[in-house]
Amino acid sequence: MSVYFEVMRGVTVLSKDNEFYLRRLHSLLGIIPIGLFVAQHLVINHFATQGPEAFNKASHFMESLPFVLFLEWFVIYIPLMFHAFYGVYISFTAKSNTQRYGTFRNWMFLLQRVTGVILVVFIAWHIFETRFQKAIGADEVNFDMMADILANPLMFVFYVVGVVSATFHLANGIWSFLVSWGITQSPRSQRISTYVTMGIFLALTVIGVRALLAFV
Amino acid sequence: MNATATNTVVFEILRQDTTDSTPYWEKFELEYRPNMNVISGLMEIRRNPVNTDGKHTTPVNWDMNCLEEVCGACSMVINGRPRQSCTALVDKLEQPIRLEPMKTFPVVRDLIVDRTRMFDSLKKVKAWVPIDGSYDLGDGPRMPERKRQWAYELSKCMTCGVCLEACPNVNTGSDFMGPAPLSQVRLMNAHPTGAMNRDERLNAIMGDGGLANCGNSQNCVVACPKGIPLTTSIAALNRDTSVQMFKNFFGSDHMVD
Repeated sequence: MSVYFEVMRGVTVLSKDNEFYLRRLHSLLGIIPIGLFVAQHLVINHFATQGPEAFNKASHFMESLPFVLFLEWFVIYIPLMFHAFYGVYISFTAKSNTQRYGTFRNWMFLLQRVTGVILVVFIAWHIFETRFQKAIGADEVNFDMMADILANPLMFVFYVVGVVSATFHLANGIWSFLVSWGITQSPRSQRISTYVTMGIFLALTVIGVRALLAFV
Repeated sequence: MNATATNTVVFEILRQDTTDSTPYWEKFELEYRPNMNVISGLMEIRRNPVNTDGKHTTPVNWDMNCLEEVCGACSMVINGRPRQSCTALVDKLEQPIRLEPMKTFPVVRDLIVDRTRMFDSLKKVKAWVPIDGSYDLGDGPRMPERKRQWAYELSKCMTCGVCLEACPNVNTGSDFMGPAPLSQVRLMNAHPTGAMNRDERLNAIMGDGGLANCGNSQNCVVACPKGIPLTTSIAALNRDTSVQMFKNFFGSDHMVD
């Protein structure tokens, strides 16, 4: 019986009555901690441009952080899973109409959902291929591992698509975070934040793709 | 193709006989007259309901009232875009002119849709200023003239449903009430007397199908025939509900001010 109540409580929390709070949580978690983690991850990856030793040193530093399992679960996996699964639900409740309204914002709306779904697939695969392999003791996460993966041209393309999707989704997500929390209201403020977030997209994309190129 | 050159006007209309029957296209060719609008074309079809196959058919059903883009009743999808048919001038439209009902709403017959959900939403968000009492409550607080001018723009909403038809998040798979009733919350909350119930309206749009369903595609503000700043209203309500959320959680002595 208690299991039944726990399940029912879970269902109630995820009910439509709590939609407002779930959407706000979804928006917040996308920036803190997930957005911060993505930016940090891309910056650490960038050590690859300075050679295998620099990358291995940086990744070893991250691995040897105290409470690393706690950090991974509470800063990455749990928020990421909520953001991913609730995001897929949001994506599939939309009925996109870019043929009818081919405006910039309507395309951004569609791309945010498309990149989100790509990212669910990419990140699941990426974690399976790297962190999960280490967890089961099958492999070491280091420069050679990434060089092996990216030596396959198809995988390289998959990773470029994944990284660009992530940087776009984050940058455009910052724009919608600012609207969703009522920080940018006027058309002018929303236009300026479009420029700023597209700048963030370009900067993070350069950092991310440069790191990928360093492995091949 | 230019209408004046051919001296005829071709209408392709998506028809539907009952609420749940299968829709079908029917084509009509009319004699061109200067200054025709879509409604005068529909009236001509009603007078002589013969399609391009020469077959006598039932007159096309549509809704209309004011004929000056103030009531919103004659909204339909014209050449792929939702708008009012009274202000859709034939000279300014590509031919054939394709008319469809706004299928975001349940179709009653032909081009008539049932917009009840919009009026239900207005009730849900309490889009009015309550002034009833058991005695004369007297004059309310005054509204600054410049604020009244600003609020007047929001008050132009005619509940036509075009913004709901344009919104990718208003569809059969979602309960989203759409931009129109949300903007009315901003209007009523801006009113000095209406503001006395602002927390009730904010709590209503923080419920099922409310504000949080907006995905910022910003089609509504492009589509609105009255030029209402719907996306600004939504962002402003996002700020108001952010504050309301904390007031609700921690408790506050400032629920309405």
